[in-house]
Order: sequence, then structure tokens, then C-alpha cells
Amino acid sequence: MAAVLAQNIVKRFENVLAVNGITLAVPDGEFVVLLGPSGCGKTTFLRIICGLERQTSGNLIIAGDIVNDVPPRARGVAMMFQSYGLYPHYTVRNNIAFPLRTQRVGRAVIESKVDWASRLLGIEHLLDRRPRQLSGGERQRVALARALVREPTALLLDEPLSNLDAKLRASARQDIKQFQRRVGVTTIYVTHDQVEAMGMGDRIAVIDRGKIRQVGTPAEIYDEPADRFVATFVGTPPMNLLTHNGAHLGFRPENFLPKEMIRGGDFSEFSFRVDRSEYLGSERIVYGAIEGFDSSQPITAKLPAHGAEQTLRPGEWHPFAVRNKDLRYFDQDGKRTDRH
Amino acid sequence: MATIAEPAARTASRFRFILDRREVLGSIFVAPAILYVLLLVGVPFLLAVYYSVSAYTIYDPSWRFVGLTNFRQILQNPVFLETLENTFLFTFASQLLGLILGKFGALLLLRPFPGRKIVRALIILPWAVPIALASVAWEWMFDSLYSVINWTMITLGIIDRSEAPNWLGNPHLAMLCVIVVNAWRFFPFAIVIFLAGITSVPQDIIDAATVDGAGFWRRNYQIILPMIFPIVAVGLIFGIVFTFTDLSIVFLLTNGGPINATSVLGFQGFQVGILSGDVSHGAAISLFMLPVLLLMVVGMLRFIRRREI
Amino acid sequence: MQRIIASTLREVSFYGAVAFFVVLTAFPFYWMLITSLKSNPDLYNVTNIPFWFNEAPTLEHFRYLFEDTLFARWLLNSLVIGVCVVAITLVTALPAGYSLARMTGRSGEALGIGVFLTYLVPPTLLFLPLSRIVASLGLQNSMWSLVLVYPTFTIPFCTWLLMGFFKSFPREIEEAAIVDGCSLFGAFIKMVIPLSLPAILTTVIFTFTLTLQEFVYALTFISSSAQKPVTLGVATDLVRGDIFFWGEIMAGALIASIPVAIAYNFFLDRFISGITGGAVK
Ligand SMILES: Nc1ncnc2c1ncn2[C@@H]1O[C@H](COP(=O)(O)OP(=O)(O)OP(=O)(O)O)[C@@H](O)[C@H]1O
Ligand SMILES: [Mg+2]
Repeated sequence: MAAVLAQNIVKRFENVLAVNGITLAVPDGEFVVLLGPSGCGKTTFLRIICGLERQTSGNLIIAGDIVNDVPPRARGVAMMFQSYGLYPHYTVRNNIAFPLRTQRVGRAVIESKVDWASRLLGIEHLLDRRPRQLSGGERQRVALARALVREPTALLLDEPLSNLDAKLRASARQDIKQFQRRVGVTTIYVTHDQVEAMGMGDRIAVIDRGKIRQVGTPAEIYDEPADRFVATFVGTPPMNLLTHNGAHLGFRPENFLPKEMIRGGDFSEFSFRVDRSEYLGSERIVYGAIEGFDSSQPITAKLPAHGAEQTLRPGEWHPFAVRNKDLRYFDQDGKRTDRH
Repeated sequence: MATIAEPAARTASRFRFILDRREVLGSIFVAPAILYVLLLVGVPFLLAVYYSVSAYTIYDPSWRFVGLTNFRQILQNPVFLETLENTFLFTFASQLLGLILGKFGALLLLRPFPGRKIVRALIILPWAVPIALASVAWEWMFDSLYSVINWTMITLGIIDRSEAPNWLGNPHLAMLCVIVVNAWRFFPFAIVIFLAGITSVPQDIIDAATVDGAGFWRRNYQIILPMIFPIVAVGLIFGIVFTFTDLSIVFLLTNGGPINATSVLGFQGFQVGILSGDVSHGAAISLFMLPVLLLMVVGMLRFIRRREI
Repeated sequence: MQRIIASTLREVSFYGAVAFFVVLTAFPFYWMLITSLKSNPDLYNVTNIPFWFNEAPTLEHFRYLFEDTLFARWLLNSLVIGVCVVAITLVTALPAGYSLARMTGRSGEALGIGVFLTYLVPPTLLFLPLSRIVASLGLQNSMWSLVLVYPTFTIPFCTWLLMGFFKSFPREIEEAAIVDGCSLFGAFIKMVIPLSLPAILTTVIFTFTLTLQEFVYALTFISSSAQKPVTLGVATDLVRGDIFFWGEIMAGALIASIPVAIAYNFFLDRFISGITGGAVK
């Protein structure tokens, strides 16, 4: 059964169509990531799920009940905010206990659950502090404990890592995923960072301008993008697109190799002019253009950092190739097609 | 994909959660304040308008409609015309004086110096302290016999005891006195407003102007003043409204005299409507404030909106 | 050398100007103080230097004020009026300010400005009809009439002040509370109120000082001495026949002024940002 089911949700602010008909089913226990560029309506959609906004139209069903007109407190979902929204005048203990108190849970139960949640997140030693006495990472854990403590039907997270520095972010990513596994809570996670999305999501929903473009596992999203938007939004550098008779031909930079590196199988050959290359330590990105094709973006190739390719000098033409199974075709409207 | 087309059950009726609707609770939250203001500002205002076209007095509380008769009678009264003139003079002169003192004082307080906090606290006093109490102190300082001002001037040899001015007894001096006291009362407010405005101008804008070669005066009048204008305008509107409609200073210092030389609209309205009990004429006199008030409200609307940028 | 003279001159004129302003603003209050402490013979002798004591200072005026006049009663009246008006104002303006800032959207902004503009409606326009209304409620000559009428200006002012504050209050905290199971009302009580205590304190102080400063309504509605608030009592009631009791009047004015002056200095910055509508942060 779907823990959260959104049916054709639309949200219009005065003159902005923030969410434009999203349909999404999130099964029990799944970790779904909503991925999309800034301003595409991710936060708005999340706020509709937890009831902070009322959708303009569409149905929202949580655990089998239509909750369109049910206020947040009766929906049983938890949300972790971007800057955590900890209650500054409460201690950590009371912050975590708050969602239980509002449900009029007995005192003994509250105590044991706070205990459980704080142990789960390793914040037992912080229980008597106040939020302003915590570091960013600690705050994030407290917020997570508060969200998990009442075992919500669904846990909503809105860019929870954006306030952390890069190092902390990597470990926090690990942690969140791990706690989610252990507790098994249905999770909807919003981010515009594709590394987070690929690394954490059981499934990813790619959103653009208020619409879902594709829902799928990270591998599906990456390997079988449903349209040009998904193809170019996911992956760094993004998929190369060649325009040809109005349609498009796409391939990933790591599949675009010097011809001599390809052994076996059918492949298509291109003449590639190298413009410049970037050495990134573990790999090398080569920028250039392909003879006979227009492309709005420079074509990129991702090659191993060390090897024969060091001979690729700017201004030279080289024979490059892509295996035919790695070629993707898109029609005039940007939709995936099987054949050219 | 949609596993459940038909939901199992509705959780609850809409009414159970009626107070969880923002608009509903929001309306309930504003209602008391709006009602209070409507009942005790809106209704009295309409009542005032009605009084002014009726023949209502305390002794004869009739609601008889008399049209614009009251206004016509008032306009034919030379005392009223003098009052009107006094009101404008009082407002204009005291605000001008207050603004000049305020701008000057703000420039002084802008510069850090030892004891600035204390100086600021002392300069705020005239505005903070209830004007009725300060007016009484001024009345004592303007006393015909024991005026400390006169004593100082006599001792310094500026004037002779025999020609010592009777501040509140001479029509021109009395007007000067109420103007000065009112300006004295408002200029600290002007200082505070100027200071607040100037400190809210981002330093990097001032720096940029300096780098671009703007000198002190140019910075002041072409950069800072236009930027703080909305704030200063709001402050000035407050000053005008409260001065134009005031009666306490005049009531306490001169009681409108001598021979109506300092009578202002608010005072006249009080005199006629409350003391003489001629409510309808009093209300009509007060309503002469309305055009200026409306103008100020329009100004306020413009500047209050502009602040949001 | 010339440089030094010029800069010294500049310093001297600067401090001279500061001194001028301080004397201008503070002298009347010094005058209150010195008058209230002088004995009558000293006070009413034109040959004495008025700026300082020519005879021993005395507390006689203060004693007289408290023992032989209704001054203590006026103070009490002012306190009662102030406390009641503060209570009425808080109960109405706190939810109203919050609602206009958060719950009523676009129309809230307009409504807020509308409420604020009523603060510009002067007492001298309303005192006639209000005095009739007060009379018909049987509150004529009673300080309760002031308790009824003062909120007409404290509510608009405080609603505006609080609205500005609530707008700057982080939304996330109340929203977190709402998602965590609070009703809207619960979030207001449990999160918004405790976290706005500084703003509420400012509101309380200013409401109180506004009631102390008010003069016109008090003058209009109240003529019996025992019902007067302190400002009105000191300004109008300490005259016997034609004789002013300057020592007592100044002593009373001083006592009533001090708390207001202190309150203003502590809360000035908040007041300014309130009155200019949050234009200044
Ligand atoms: N309360 C509101 N009133 C009007 N427009 C809004 C409101 N909230 C969001 N929007 C608009 O709706 C669109 C979607 O906003 P939303 O916050 O959902 O984007 P987002 O995907 O979360 O972006 P980001 O990654 O930057 O957080 C934006 O264009 C935004 O300006
Ligand atoms: Mg967002």
C-alpha cells in the first residue's frame, strides 16, 4: 500500500503555477528523492503533503485517507526543515518530546521514546542543552530525532543538508540513509543536489517547472533518461546532445572515448576537435566539438586521468566513438524514442 | 501506479478542523481589534459628522438636522477665522523649527563622543515626558513675576526690570511661546527619526559615494537625504497631525488667550463643544481638521508603502 | 599651529553645540527638580539667584503633595488605568498583529495599514461624540471611561508594532510546531508568545507610557479630582483659586515624568522601528 499518494496535485500562487499536476505514489518504507532545479516547486509540493499549504486541486491520500482538508497535526507526517526549526526556548529533550506531548502520549512512554531516538542518533549527551548551544551537525541530528520520535507515517525532509559544510554533508548523508533503513520510515527527501539524490534515493522523481519528468531508480534515471531535461540535469558533466534534423542524439561523457579504447561491439564514430581539457585528479574532462553537428553546449568526454589520452592537444582532431548501446535518441519535443 | 483509486474512508468532516484553517482563525484573531476600533473610532467619527449638521447641545440633545447652518455660522465668526489662522501658523512654525533643530541635533549625535549615550537620553526627555507636565514647567518658567528667563535677561543686563516681557500675557509673545514649546517637544523626535534614517543607510553606499568623489554636502543632500526621505516623511506626518490637532499646550500655557491670540482648532472645539456644551458647533469646528488630516493620511499611505522596497 | 587652533576651535564649537542642546532639552526638568526642593520664601523672592538654593533645600513640597493633596490617589488611578489598558491592548493587539502578519495574506497588509491609520485620528476630532457615548454608558467623570477609550489609540499602535515584529519572526518554528501536532492556536500560544516576549514587553511599556502621556481625553471626560490620572491631576488640580502651588506642581510633574523618561530611553530603538513601520531595522 502506498503510504503517500498524490493525485494530480496543482498549486497556484496568485500568478505562479508552483506545482503543475504532480502524481506520485510512495510505497511504505521507501526513500524517494525529489530532485529538481531551484524554484521548480519541490518545497511547495512537500508543504502540501504535510499540510502547510492547501493544494489548488488534486487529491492527497496518506495511509489510505484523503487528507485534503485535514490539518497538519492530524496527518501523522513529520517534517524536517531546511534550517531545522528547532524550538529555541526548549531544551533538546523537550524539543524531541514535543511531537509526543501534542499527541498526549503518557509520560513514561515519552521518556522511553526520547531515550530511543536520542540513542539512535547519538545525542544523549546533548539532551539538556538548548538549540543555540549546538553545532550545525548536532542541530541537524536533534531535528532528525524530533522528526523520527513519533514514528511518522512519512518523513519529509527539505534540503536538510544545505546548512552543513561539505565534509559534514557527506557523513550526514550516510547517517540519514542509515537511520531511515533502520527505522524503515517512508521518506520523501527534497534536494537539488544530484549527488545526494543518486546516493540516497531508492527512487528519484525528477521535477521541472512543477511537473514530474521521470520517476525511477537512480540507475534508470541515469541510464534511461525519459527526456532531454532529465538527461542534461543528471550527471556531471551532463549528457552530450547532438542536434540532427531537429531530433537529438545523446551519450554520456564517460561513454565518449577515443576510438582505439573501444574493443568489440557496434559503435558510432565521430571526429572530435579538442578545445581544452581539465585534469581533476581521478579523471580528465575534455571539452570540444564534433564535426558536422550543432550543439549548444560544448561536447565533453570523461577519460581516465592517466593514459594515452595525454596526447590530446587543443586544436587537434581525433577519432572518437560511442558504443551504439550507449546512444540515446530524443524526438523534437525532447521525449525519448527508441530509434532515430 | 496509483494503487488506491478510491480511498478507504474520509478521516473527518471539514468542521472538526475549522479552527485549523488559516483564514478562519485569522479572522477570529483580528476581529476584536477591528471591532474595538470600529466601535470607538468609526462610530464616534460618524457621530461627529452627524453632530456637525444637527442642532445637538448638551442641554437640548435633539437630533434635528440643520444642514450646513453650523458651518456657515462658524465661518462668519471672526474668532474662528483667527483660530484657523493660528492653527496653521502654530503647526507650520513649530514643525519647521523642530525639523531644523532636529537635523542639526542629529548631525551632532551622529559623531561618537564620550557621554553620547547620556546626552541622547537627556535630549529625548522633552518628547518622552508627558507634554502636559512639561507644559506646566514651561508655564512656571514663563511666569509673569518669577520667570527664570526674565531673571536671567535682567541680570545679564539685556533688559530692564520695568520692561520685562509678560510672555504669556502679550498676544505675539504668547504665540511665540506655544510655538517654541511645541517645537521643543517635537524636535527630539525629529532627531531620533533622522538618526534612525541615517544609520539605516548602508555604509557601503556612503563609501561608494565618497569614492566617486562626493563631498560632505553632496553625500548629505544627494545620497542620504533622498534615501531617508520616506522615514523622515513618516515622522513629519506624525508631527503635523499631532500638532495640528493638539490642544494641551495651548490649554495649559495660555488657555487660548490673550483674547484668542493662541486659540487653535482643537482648543476651540473643546471650548465650544465641551465647556459651553454646544456639541454641534464644537463638532463642526473639529471637522475643519479633516481636510488636512486626509492629506496627511494620503501622504502616509504613500510613504508607508514605499518602505517595503 | 594654525591646524591645531582650527581643530581646537572645531572641538569647542562642537561641544558648545552639544551643550546648547542639552541645556535646551534638560533645563525645564532641572527647573522642576530645583523648584520642587526649594522652600517657598526662596522660591518667591525675585532677588534670589533662581538657579540654586539660597536657603536650605526642603522636602516640604513632596510631603504636602502626598499628605494634603490627592496626588497618591492620582498615581494609583494612573496605575489602574495603565494596567487595564495594557491588558485590553495585549488581548486584542497580540492576536490581531499576528493574524495580519501571518494569516490573512494580502488583505492583511491592507487591513494592517488601515488599522494603523486610525492611530492618526486625533482625540480632538472624537472627544465630543466619545464624551456623549461615555456619558450614556454612565462613565462620565469616572476613570473607567479612560480605560474604555484609551485602547482606541493603543490598539492600532500596538497592532502595527507587533505586526512588524511577527513578520520578522522565523516562520519555520511555528510551522515545525504545526507539523509536530499543534493546532494553529496551539502554535501561537506555545511558540509565538514565548518567543515574542521582548516585543510584548515593548508593547506593554509603550502602552503604559501612552496612557500616562494622554491628556485630551482625560481633560474632557473627568472633572472630579478623585478620578483624575496623575498627568491631569498635576496639571489642573494643584491650583487653589488663582494661586499656583509651584513647588508641589513641579514635585508632582517630576515624579510622574521619571518612569516615562526611563522607559523611553530603554525602548527607544524598538519604538522607532515601530513608528516608522519597520523601515529601520
Ligand atoms: N507563498 C508563495 N507565494 C507566491 N509564490 C510562491 C510561494 N511559495 C513559492 N512560490 C513560488 O513557487 C515556485 C516554487 O517554489 P518552491 O519553493 O517550491 O521551489 P523549490 O523547488 O523548493 O526551490 P529551491 O530549490 O530554491 O528551494 C517559485 O517560483 C516560488 O517563487
Ligand atoms: Mg525549496
